[in-house]
Order: sequence, then C-alpha cells, then structure tokens
Amino acid sequence: MIQVENLTKKFNGTPAVSDVSFSVEDGEVLGFLGPNGAGKTTTMRAITGFLPATSGRVTVGGFDVFASPIEARRRIGYLPEHPPLYPEMTVDGYLRFVARIKGVPSSDLRFELDRVMDTARIDDMGGRIISRLSRGYRQRVGLAQALVGDPPVLILDEPTVGLDPKQIHEVRELIRSWKGRHTVVLSTHILPEVEQTCHRVAIIARGRIVAVGTPAHLVERLERSARIVMDVAAPAGEAAAALGGVPGVADVRVLDASDGRARLEVEAAGVGADVEPELARAIVERGWGLFGMQSSTMSLEDIFLELTTDEPPGGEAGS
Amino acid sequence: MRNVLTIVGRELRSYFVSPVAYVVLGVFVLLSGVFFQAILVQTLQMVQTIQAQSFGGTPQPIDVPGEISRQYFGTLGVILLFMLPMITMGLFAEERKRGTIELLLTAPVTDLQLVAGKFGAAVAFYAVLLGVTTAPISILFLYADPVLGPLATAYLGLLLYGASLLALGLFVSTLTDNQIVAGVMTFGLILWLWIVDVLGGAAAGTTRAVLTHLSILTPLGDFMNGVLAVSNLIFYMSLATLGLFLTYRSIDAWRWKG
Repeated sequence: MIQVENLTKKFNGTPAVSDVSFSVEDGEVLGFLGPNGAGKTTTMRAITGFLPATSGRVTVGGFDVFASPIEARRRIGYLPEHPPLYPEMTVDGYLRFVARIKGVPSSDLRFELDRVMDTARIDDMGGRIISRLSRGYRQRVGLAQALVGDPPVLILDEPTVGLDPKQIHEVRELIRSWKGRHTVVLSTHILPEVEQTCHRVAIIARGRIVAVGTPAHLVERLERSARIVMDVAAPAGEAAAALGGVPGVADVRVLDASDGRARLEVEAAGVGADVEPELARAIVERGWGLFGMQSSTMSLEDIFLELTTDEPPGGEAGS
Repeated sequence: MRNVLTIVGRELRSYFVSPVAYVVLGVFVLLSGVFFQAILVQTLQMVQTIQAQSFGGTPQPIDVPGEISRQYFGTLGVILLFMLPMITMGLFAEERKRGTIELLLTAPVTDLQLVAGKFGAAVAFYAVLLGVTTAPISILFLYADPVLGPLATAYLGLLLYGASLLALGLFVSTLTDNQIVAGVMTFGLILWLWIVDVLGGAAAGTTRAVLTHLSILTPLGDFMNGVLAVSNLIFYMSLATLGLFLTYRSIDAWRWKG
C-alpha cells in the first residue's frame, strides 16, 4: 500500500532523512520508533505529500505522492504532530469542513460525521467550540479528522500524545481494531505503544532506518547478542583480557573492581553463540573464583537504546 | 469548484466569528459615514456660494449628486488603503501559526484551489464593505437624480482596485506566520504603491510617466469620473494576477523549505 524508496529529504543541505526505504502492506500497522529529531515527522510528511522529497520516491496505493498528489491524498488520513484545528470553529463545523474538502458527498455528510465522532468518542462534543476543549479532546478531534472519508491509509504522528492513561488505552485499542482494515503508519517514542499496536517496527535514528522487523523479531535478533554479567575473584584487567579472548565475545566492560574482585559485563555477538560455558571455563581454568553469572536478554527498550545510541558510520548528524 | 467554495465558506464564517470582521466593518462604516456627511455639507455650501455669486443671472448648472459621489468614492479609496491589509493579513499567516496549513496541503485540494478559495473569501468580505457604501449613495437618489453610468464605473473600479490589493496582501500573508507582521508589511506595500506618483512628482520625463502609471490610485480616478479605459482594467487585473501568482509560488516554496 505504501512504498518508500530511497527517500532523502534535506533542509538547507542538511539531511533530515537519508536514503530511507520501506514498504507497508495492506492492512498492516507499522510503528516508527525513534527519539525526537530522528526524522519520523519528516518521513511521515513526505508520505502525505506535505513535504516533497529531495530525492527518492513515495507511492501510496500505487500513486506517486509527488506526480499524482490528489489521487494519493484521497487515500490518506493524516494526524499531524499538532492536530490541525481551527480554534474558533465548533467540532461539528470543523469536521464538516474537513469532510467537504476531502470530497465526502453532501448526502453522506451527517452520517460520516456521526461515524468518525463515534469512533473517536466525541459524539457528544459536536456543538463545542474547539478552543474550549481540553488537550485530550483536541487530540481526539484531530483523530476524527484523519478518519473522515474512511481513507485506506492512516498516518498518525504521535497519536497518543497529550492523552491520559485511559484515553491512551482507548486509542491503542482503536488502532489495534483497524488491523486488516486500514494501513497504518504511526510514530511514537513510547515503546509499549509499539509492542501493543504494531505488526512491524521501523527504528529510525539520525534520519536512517536502523532496523525493521516485528517486535518479537527485533527482540530475538538482539537476544542472540546477549549480555552476561560475571562476578569473579580476579584482577579486573586480566580477567577482562581473558574473557575477551573467548571466541564469540564482542566486548568486555569492567563494571566494578575492588579488593581483587571484579564485576564484568560481557557482550556476546555472533549467531546463537552459547558462550556461557566457555566464559566460565576461561575464569576457572586460570584458578580464579567465579561467584556469579547472569545473562540477560534485552527488552525492546534496550534495543531501542542500543540501536539509537550507536554512532552512524561516518559520524554525520542529521536533524 | 466545490473545494474552492468550501474554503471560501469556512473563511467567511471564520471572519464573522472573530472580532476582526466587526471591527473592520464598524470602523469603515463610521469613517465613511463621517466623511460622507462632511462632503455633503461642504458641497451644499459650495453650491450656495456659487448661486449667491451669480447675482440673479442663470447659475451655472452643477451636478451636485455627481460631485458628492465623486468625492465620497475618492475618500473611500483612501480609507480602504488602511482596511484592506486587515482582511488579508491572517489568511495564510494564521494557517501556518496554527498548523492547519498541514491539513489544507495534505487534503485532496490543489494549491490553485486553495489560493482561489482564500482570495474569493477576501473579495467576498470586501464586497460586503462596498455593499455598505450603497446606503449613503442611495440617499442621493432620494433627493436628486444621480447619473448611473459614473456610479457603476466607480463601483467596478473600487472592486478591481480592492481585489488587486487583496491579492498582494494574500501574497504577503504567505511570507510570515505572524499576522500583525503580514498586516504591517501589506500596509507598507500598499502605501508605497499609493504615493509612488507623489515620489514621481520630483522626477522628470519618462521616470515620472512610469511612476505615475504605477500608482494604484490613478486608474481609480478615471473609473470615478465615469471613464472605462481598457488600460485601467488591465492594470488592476495584472496587479491581481501578479499577487495571486506570487501567492501560489510562495506556497510551493514552503513545501520545499518545510
């Protein structure tokens, strides 16, 4: 449904998004995960056609968003980071305006309004003036706006920002209920949101996609490079050197060292390398004492930190 | 067309729920009313003086309603210089400030329809202002017999004059997300276009001719005298087209700048 090919967007020569490619299948929910300024909003704006790409191509439902913008936009419902509301209008008046510019036939207008207001749980807010609504309700009016015209594609930029926990739960349930009906791209920097609502996750950092996969897949991929924390009775430097020599070990860090004891963190890379027995042998063979050994697999939060704190090759920084 | 009308409709409703429309309308009605009254009194005094000076002979015929309406329209042209920037200043600046521009530019609406809708709304509101001025003019019909031709050309002239300035104001509104800045800049631009012929007074020859032709008030004078010249029509229409074209280009430029 959505194809993004080699998308690059530069602002004054500085790349905000560099060579991003991914696709979203019909009825799939894709989560964009990344810290602020990673390029999530820019990528979403490029999909909606709000910002043209510096290079690369974006198609929605087979229509190039730059070459046939109107056809592409008819298929997209978009909730920007800040809901695009006219504060002086009533909720009803605003949604009616949105429905008209989205080409909803006049005869279906009332029905469509009722439908989206019901879905966004603002059905009793029709007569309220938008400037007097709370932040949570404004966000819901923004969501209703994106749903007008029942577009097959929904682009939601941080859809749960500003909502209270109950509302966040409701919105996530709503997004979950769209699986198979709408193709959704949503951005967030909240991890549980992705785990709860998305089929696939794209992790974006410094304008590049650093990993794509199902939440489970990403966890599994990182599980293979487990971290093992070891407590040993040995000089820290020597122990680190010994452990570093074990095949399959990517990195050893000294967490703590005192009185001839050391706590070390070993990062094991490689595919499915079960390094724990070898690590234990490396310590014991040298006549050191092994007090404890604990391996941890990473949560999505760790993956996120891991992936987005790595320096990119070349060290270039985007905005 | 439906898209254009939808945008015009929203914009007009938005004018009339904000205080801007009422302030502009109120101040305009008040000022134009005061001036109309002053012009009326002045003209009548002038007529009496001329009649008194004719010493019983046949007084020179004076087109009293024509004289009054000409002066009135001339004053309107000046008052409008101050009012027109307030009609356009928010049209794009506010969309940018509120982020609603993101809705408009991602809706299945072309940039051209968007510009046409905004411009249409500004012209429609301006037409309401002009509509108000028909009240004092209709009083002339009660007590005299004004010639219709010059009145019609005067209104046509005012409409074109206003529309061209609104188009320029629309362009200025795309340049900033602060509507006060847009308003002041538009006012400056209009004022410059107004006094450019005064500046031309000091120059000589071709420069003077060019500057005089640039002035936005010169063609309006012809319209008010009942002269319908093609060159004047083209002048205002090209000014409006220029403003709308620049608006259109400016929106395109935003997309690239982000």
